[in-house]
Amino acid sequence: MSQSHNRGLIEDFGRWREFRAGMWAWIFHKFTGWVLVGYLFTHIAVLSTAIPASGQETAVLQAGDDVYTQTIVTLEELLLVRILEVGLLAVAVFHILNGTRLLFIDLGVGLESQDKSFYASLILTGLITVASVPTFLAGAF
Amino acid sequence: MSTQVPQQTDETDAETEPDAAEEPSKGDLRREKKAERAAEREREAEAAENAAAGGNTRELKVFRFDPEIEGKQEPRFDEFHVPFEKGMTVLDALIYARDTYDSSLTFRHSCRQAVCGSDAMFVNGQQRLACKTQLSELSEPVRVEPLPHADVRKDLVVDMEHFYDQMDAVEPFFDADELPEDELAEQRQSRQNREKVKMSTRCIWCGACMSSCNIAAGDNQYLGPAALNKAYRFAMDDREGEARKQERLEIIEQEHGVWRCQTQFSCTEVCPKDIPLTEHIQELKREAVKNNLKFW
Ligand code: HEM
Ligand code: SF4
Ligand code: FES
Repeated sequence: MSQSHNRGLIEDFGRWREFRAGMWAWIFHKFTGWVLVGYLFTHIAVLSTAIPASGQETAVLQAGDDVYTQTIVTLEELLLVRILEVGLLAVAVFHILNGTRLLFIDLGVGLESQDKSFYASLILTGLITVASVPTFLAGAF
Repeated sequence: MSTQVPQQTDETDAETEPDAAEEPSKGDLRREKKAERAAEREREAEAAENAAAGGNTRELKVFRFDPEIEGKQEPRFDEFHVPFEKGMTVLDALIYARDTYDSSLTFRHSCRQAVCGSDAMFVNGQQRLACKTQLSELSEPVRVEPLPHADVRKDLVVDMEHFYDQMDAVEPFFDADELPEDELAEQRQSRQNREKVKMSTRCIWCGACMSSCNIAAGDNQYLGPAALNKAYRFAMDDREGEARKQERLEIIEQEHGVWRCQTQFSCTEVCPKDIPLTEHIQELKREAVKNNLKFW
């Protein structure tokens, strides 16, 4: 059933209104999953600066002038990075909560309330994200 | 057929009708009823006209496309203003539009009571059975399109061939390992087992679920929710026996079988017969795992 008449680009984009809870959960889960994979690589890139740093002299390390410390400090000084961190937490929390929801669905538990568990995941994600803001933005201004 | 002319029996009215002097005859009664019905129809037609005049109409935007006629090959939407009546379904409105405004408007329908499964359409952005969808529940204009992810033949008619192929692929017929000695003996099912498969037997092959599934849209070989539900109906039937169940599980757990489902629940949302499709697919997944994982 892969053929379809062409409904035009605008119409295809307008289609989001037609999605229900289960479909939104699916889309968000794919999206957050791939954001996490993307983050994994940047995370590895940043942490990898510790390798050249480990070769630097003790005095440099103690002064915090090594590549690793400098990279982290520079990044954490940027407001954008702080905001992205909040976003990353939101993405991770949603993926974990909805992932747990999906595991329950695989076990055949609570299929009738799959929409409610999706909304619960969303609300919990929102709460946890809001609660994390003070921690992530501390000292950013 | 024989060409013989059936013998004409001279039928004299065995039951002589009661004296028609006081009581009206059966024929009279019938005629009276008929007249009543005709009057009723007239009243209805009048009501429809009044409704139209009074502005109580519903606007339909219907997808039109005809590959065979030049000038209609470019898909377009036609607007129809249909007089609204209480209890009117989308199918009623389409029939009215076809019979009143444009006889070339093409769509499938037959039973008009959600039994035959011919009229699954994409109405206001959701796969629905036109004869089971009340106009009063829809916001205007009511947009009627053919099922997405299917090849459109003409107007609202889509090619169902692929859907039927997938249904056939799961061998959708009862096929027990052992037949009773006596060919005509009943093959009884326990009440519990009947309850288990009850919902899955309700499928009317409308194709709404398949159209709503975007895994099926991306993977033409995916059996799809309706076929997997069919497979469930027979795999869970205790009367078929172990050997047949193994064969069924092989079909179910093939590469483009049950594992393609990513629990979007869109099929379950649109199924006009309220079959818990996702639930059945998930149960088949667990059945397949149990079948393959043996720790003893
Ligand atoms: C506790 C943590 C996690 C849980 C409970 C979890 C759970 C799940 C589940 C159940 C699925 C399957 C979704 C489906 O059936 O459609 C999934 C998909 C996915 N996960 Fe996670 N996950 C977690 C952490 C992560 C992390 C850290 C990453 C990235 C590095 C990740 C990346 C992905 C991706 C990319 C997919 C989509 C795969 C696909 O396209 O089907 N997940 N996750
Ligand atoms: S399972 Fe439901 S939606 Fe799918 S074909 Fe059967 S009746 Fe239609
Ligand atoms: S006309 Fe038969 S199901 Fe709608």
